[in-house]
Amino acid sequence: MNLMGLFKSPQNELEKGGKQPTAQEETHEVTAVCPKCGTQTPVSELWENRNVCRCGHHFRLTARERITFFADEDSFTELWPELTSHDVLGFPGYEQKLKSARLSTREKEAVVCGTCSVEGQRCATFVMDPHFMMASMGTVVGEKITRLFEFATEQRLPVVAFTAAGGARMQEGILSLMQMAKTSGAVRRHSDAGLLYIAVLTDPTTGGVTASFAMEGDILMAEPGAMIGFAGARVIEQTIRKRLPEGFQRAEFLLEHGFLDLITPRHDQRDVIAQLLAMHDSKQQGVCVDSGVKGGERFGDGV
Amino acid sequence: MATAYDKVQLARGKNRATGLSFIENIFTDFIELHGDRRFADDPAIVGGVAKLGGRTVTVIAVEKGGDTKDKVRRNFGSPNPEGYRKALRLMRQAEKFHRPIVCFVDTAGAFCGIGAEERGQGQAIAENLYEMMALKTPILSVLVGEGGSGGALALAVADRVWMLENAVYSVVTPEGCASILWKDAKRAKDAAECLRLTAADMEAFGVVERVISEAGRNDKQDLFERVAEMLAIELDRLCDIETETLLKRRYDRFRAF
Ligand SMILES: [Zn+2]
Repeated sequence: MNLMGLFKSPQNELEKGGKQPTAQEETHEVTAVCPKCGTQTPVSELWENRNVCRCGHHFRLTARERITFFADEDSFTELWPELTSHDVLGFPGYEQKLKSARLSTREKEAVVCGTCSVEGQRCATFVMDPHFMMASMGTVVGEKITRLFEFATEQRLPVVAFTAAGGARMQEGILSLMQMAKTSGAVRRHSDAGLLYIAVLTDPTTGGVTASFAMEGDILMAEPGAMIGFAGARVIEQTIRKRLPEGFQRAEFLLEHGFLDLITPRHDQRDVIAQLLAMHDSKQQGVCVDSGVKGGERFGDGV
Repeated sequence: MATAYDKVQLARGKNRATGLSFIENIFTDFIELHGDRRFADDPAIVGGVAKLGGRTVTVIAVEKGGDTKDKVRRNFGSPNPEGYRKALRLMRQAEKFHRPIVCFVDTAGAFCGIGAEERGQGQAIAENLYEMMALKTPILSVLVGEGGSGGALALAVADRVWMLENAVYSVVTPEGCASILWKDAKRAKDAAECLRLTAADMEAFGVVERVISEAGRNDKQDLFERVAEMLAIELDRLCDIETETLLKRRYDRFRAF
């Protein structure tokens, strides 16, 4: 069991929606305070409940915790774990930030890629970890995700992704921006091969990740209460000089406006993903043959 | 020697040629086509069909506006989702009629507002990237002023990306970068330096294929004429490339980063 996520202090505003650790009693077990209802729950009890508070608040998870929750036991094989970021621009403080993120998360970067099975069905997967520099997308994050889609296209595997991102990896400048185009190209090729991509948007999914692969899934699922948007709430408030309404940019807000297929609580995600994978299995019965339509093409779309 | 922040100031300069002026001065027979067919017409993005020599071209530009009233109407060149969706509609139209696309990009970034989020700013940009990566017709984008993050990239997933000498291209504004990283927007000058956002930087990274000199930048007519000439030659070349090859090269172009 990995409690690492629960013991980290918030790094910035975006993280405040996540963990609020308190270690006030020495003899008793460590508790986590829910930012939604204020209840203190022992972390072991929370873990039993997949880090979901009794009120329904979904605490953030590390990438490895998510894999434990949704993949079949021992089915996960990691891909490209060795890839690690470098300070290509010579940006002040970046090496230090990378170093402390690696130390505190014991990950090399903000995304973990691999293959696994869900109820026996094989898929390629990537899971982003908001504990690593707020899962901002630099060249290595973009490279790993691109490789995963290319690998899945080659192997004819569906992709199941858990997205997160608190913003751009500014320390990599324009190279960070280019990852949006690079990953989108790989998603497109995977889609054109007729393969399924399920994106599960978790708290927080914002910025360039929202404006690229997170919104490009065939099926867009989100965790309840997840913050999902393009611009950060503070930037919007500064731009329009108004307070934002309650619930703005939460998963429920996006569902209401038509930008998500479904909101699925953590407990049900594995089952729903398994069901969706089964319904898109090419070996299933009743598939219409040779419709003449290549996957990914669209018709009459406003031209 | 101009600093990176000097370039940022030049890119935002008051008397700089705006996106629409490139369309009007380089092309002939421009007919503006409005609307995204879904929600509205976004005046921050102007698009339509025009002629360059004998060739019909789909042209798209971010327009910051002329006088104050026009600037407000055009939201100072910060597009809403309907702007990106209009651009995509026109690009698909170009694909259907086998004509090349030329985009002129000049935006501080996609608009950050309540309506923009309600209408899916992130989704609109994502869809442009996704579609432009596979659009079966040549795309050429010219960064003529500010190249502000995803809002600029949504019109710059292209076979060729060119940049004016005093334009900038960045994942974040120097002010935004300084306030997020150092909690001090006044350090924008330092941030501009660190971000490596000048045209020379972009050429060194391979983000742009060509930097267009602005030596006589007070002489806009000279600039328009030179760009027109370069475009005519390059569109001839691009239109000669087989679609499959074009798309493979476009993929590889961005795959390299
Ligand atoms: Zn609670």
